[in-house]
Amino acid sequence: MQLTVWTYEGPPHVGAMRVATAMTDVHYVLHAPQGDTYADLLFTMIERREKRPPVTYTTFKARDLGSDTAALFKSTLESAHERFKPAAMLVGASCTGELIQDDPAGLAKAANLPCPVIPLELPSYQRKENWGAGETFYQIVRHLAAREGVEPVAGKPQGRVPRCNILGATALGFRHRDDVMEITKLLKENGIEVAVVAPLGASAADIARLPDADFNVLLYPEIGEQAARWLKRTYGQDYTTTVPIGVGATREFVAEVRRLAGLDALPDRSDAGRLPWFSRSVDSTYLTGKRVFVFGDATHAVAAARVATEEFGFELVGLGTYSREQARAVREAAQAHGLTALITDDYLDVEQAIAEAEPELVLGTQMERHIAKRLGIGCAVISAPVHVQDYPARYSPQMGFEGANVLWDSWVHPLVMGLEEHLLGMFREDFEFSDTAKPSHLGPGQRVSEAPAAEPALRPLAEEGPIRIWSADAEAELKKIPFFVRGKARKNTERFAAERGLAEITLETLYDAKAHFAR
Amino acid sequence: MSVHTLPLPKAGCAEPDIIRERGQHEVFCGLTGIVWLHRKIQDAFFLVVGSRTCAHLLQSAAGVMIFAEPRFGTAVMEERDLAGMADANEELDKVVARLLDRRPDIKMLFLVGSCPSEVIKLDLSRAAERLSRHYSPEVRVLNYTGSGIETTFTEGEDRCLAALVPELTDATSEAPELLVVGALADVVEDQFARLFAEIGIERVSFLPPRNSRALPPVGPNTRFLLAQPFLGETARCLTERGARHIPAPFPLGAEGTTAWLGAAARAFGADPMAFRHATAAAEARAKRALQPFRDEMAGKTIFFMPDSQLEVPLARMLSRELGMEPIEVGTPYLHRAHLAEELKLLGSDVQLSEGQDVERQLDRVRAARPDVTVCGLGLANPLEADGLTTKWSIELIFTPIQGYDQASDLAGLFARPFDRKTRLRV
Ligand code: SF4
Repeated sequence: MQLTVWTYEGPPHVGAMRVATAMTDVHYVLHAPQGDTYADLLFTMIERREKRPPVTYTTFKARDLGSDTAALFKSTLESAHERFKPAAMLVGASCTGELIQDDPAGLAKAANLPCPVIPLELPSYQRKENWGAGETFYQIVRHLAAREGVEPVAGKPQGRVPRCNILGATALGFRHRDDVMEITKLLKENGIEVAVVAPLGASAADIARLPDADFNVLLYPEIGEQAARWLKRTYGQDYTTTVPIGVGATREFVAEVRRLAGLDALPDRSDAGRLPWFSRSVDSTYLTGKRVFVFGDATHAVAAARVATEEFGFELVGLGTYSREQARAVREAAQAHGLTALITDDYLDVEQAIAEAEPELVLGTQMERHIAKRLGIGCAVISAPVHVQDYPARYSPQMGFEGANVLWDSWVHPLVMGLEEHLLGMFREDFEFSDTAKPSHLGPGQRVSEAPAAEPALRPLAEEGPIRIWSADAEAELKKIPFFVRGKARKNTERFAAERGLAEITLETLYDAKAHFAR
Repeated sequence: MSVHTLPLPKAGCAEPDIIRERGQHEVFCGLTGIVWLHRKIQDAFFLVVGSRTCAHLLQSAAGVMIFAEPRFGTAVMEERDLAGMADANEELDKVVARLLDRRPDIKMLFLVGSCPSEVIKLDLSRAAERLSRHYSPEVRVLNYTGSGIETTFTEGEDRCLAALVPELTDATSEAPELLVVGALADVVEDQFARLFAEIGIERVSFLPPRNSRALPPVGPNTRFLLAQPFLGETARCLTERGARHIPAPFPLGAEGTTAWLGAAARAFGADPMAFRHATAAAEARAKRALQPFRDEMAGKTIFFMPDSQLEVPLARMLSRELGMEPIEVGTPYLHRAHLAEELKLLGSDVQLSEGQDVERQLDRVRAARPDVTVCGLGLANPLEADGLTTKWSIELIFTPIQGYDQASDLAGLFARPFDRKTRLRV
């Protein structure tokens, strides 16, 4: 048993719902109690979809248990088929359905429906949402794209335009819709045709057409990789391994797809959006070495770490993921930055790690947004899970060159601007520069105080080191340091004093420590 | 889906036809009640013993708006708990130990059962007894079920309050005492307390209390008034302790509030003059505040999808005080006894439905095209996209709507979607 307050991922059947909802003509029958219908609101409220997810729940009750839950499943399946006439059906169980062992797969087979029925085995007590989405998509592809006696396609016929599929985008994904648009455009500019996008917007018939393409573009490995591997094994279709987030990765992605499409490599491409110039503009000098903490799903976290360091000039002070399945990539990336990756799905651990790293910017999920708000640190969202405000009305991909422009805008926005930062530092006593004031471009308002008084934190107190006594003038001087670096200054000074066995921190100690830690 | 539409045999003309359906129920489970109960009882913690789904439901229903450390959590069962590799009770003890260690402010801990814990027959009442012995007197450990196979949405509160009843001490006084049952917003509770005092009912307490150490006593001299219509089990348990139910409509709207207070006043033999004196001004103020809404809303049709069990009292208030016309009033469960006064006021020509087959019900909504449809969060946007106006039923649970001074807020919740429609030009 694990004590959980907020979770990064839902159960695996929610992943299956994300795939079913992304597609146009499949229907999912889920053996589940009534409360599980809450999952509909994720799609209709958080993503503001105009249609209910194509899911029918059996909503069995205690009094059905042991008597006729299997019959209930069967009649639900039949009437859902009758009403929705889907091109294919998915059947499975939620966590409770799994325990009553009614065998939806066998029941569905016995029902003998006039459409393909794909049974899903999603172990609710071991796996989570992203895995469920990946497994569901894989099962759909295996069932609907299987062909009898077809030789693997090796190389495209002469004279035809190269053709690829885009795999992995789902409903309730973080910017999936816009990423797909952006990457489709990019592929087209490179003379590559997009045959099928799946699961987002795909029909069952589209899935059957997947093997006709020359190769696959894998945008979200968490969800699409298993299917991509199967397509490679079965039909010899290669798939991309670069996720085009950031300018550098997008350039590498273009090179990769051109190679897979059998096109000549492009000469160095100058049309890479505005990020390279904005980042080189003198105005951006103040971004240099800003401390950034990155947490999210593995793909987005690794990509953000690279973009933050190589394209913004930030300093990475923390990197982690909630996805144990993909932890390896994150560990490697963290190591490359001299860090130990934080692999956890307990947001209290993440909160503690952020507090300790004292970043000036957090790139994370909606959980980290709340953590950052409490700690008074700027934050931009880079990964699911996200809330309704992270489904913006405007076009805002994360991928491709336009995606890099979006990253620029959204990561720089929460920071205190260059000259403003200097003025804050120079004139600490200006009453409008109080610690609780937000950066001026974020409008009037107050920072959220660090610890809500009425709610003791649900975590053991961080280990207290020997507390050094601050002299009054040193304490006052410390207050003149802007809040976003004050924590670091305090800690460094205390460490400096501790190392030297100083009993009291004076004004002198403060500046000695400053000189000591200056690089 | 086996669908049974069983009109009840008519008992005279007072007994309306009821649509009874069994299909997909699109209603939250009782765990949802934790979202408001954990705020109401300030030193209680709600520990769901369940699955990742249960944790995800709570998070989705609560939104992450109330991110400040909530006083609820889920002990998520894993493969090893089910496979018998770990003893579920030992695991639970560990989770509780860790939790109470971190949260010394917790004085009452509810172990909340879920579908998975019930299906594997994890006995939480024994666990609660064991833990209570271990942690008393600092912490009391109780249990109830919020599972989706036993409870819908607001019934979780019913089970929680019912679990509190055995904890109430025996009332020792000879004088009659009034117990108001059902979680109310603190501001509403304070208003009612003042009104009861003015009416002349001196000994009044509320269940649930704001603090677990302030549990009211109960006994044969207790008369209880339900503030919420979904408290069947709690009422039964209170009756077993000798308390007597005061039948009344529910305190929604000016009329409903007067009738509710009036039922208590009569039961306590309060002076009718004192009653009029205490309530007349407030009632008149509420009616004045409702008038502009009445002008706007009269004649508009309304359809209730089953959700909170507040549907019948709401339909009564909206039809009698604002002149709206209910097309269908769906409720997950129709408690005939507790709703008797409401049904009399609502009249017999209103179509009621109990239970649900969501697809068939949506067919009826689309055919009737009501001016407003009250429904759960999963259904609202798809109906809006069809050009229908909706009201989220969960908002009616999270907003103070009871009592005189909230009557116009209640009307306002229904008027706002229309206000919005008339403003928008896009
Ligand atoms: S319906 Fe059951 S399994 Fe689902 S969230 Fe509610 S208690 Fe948990």
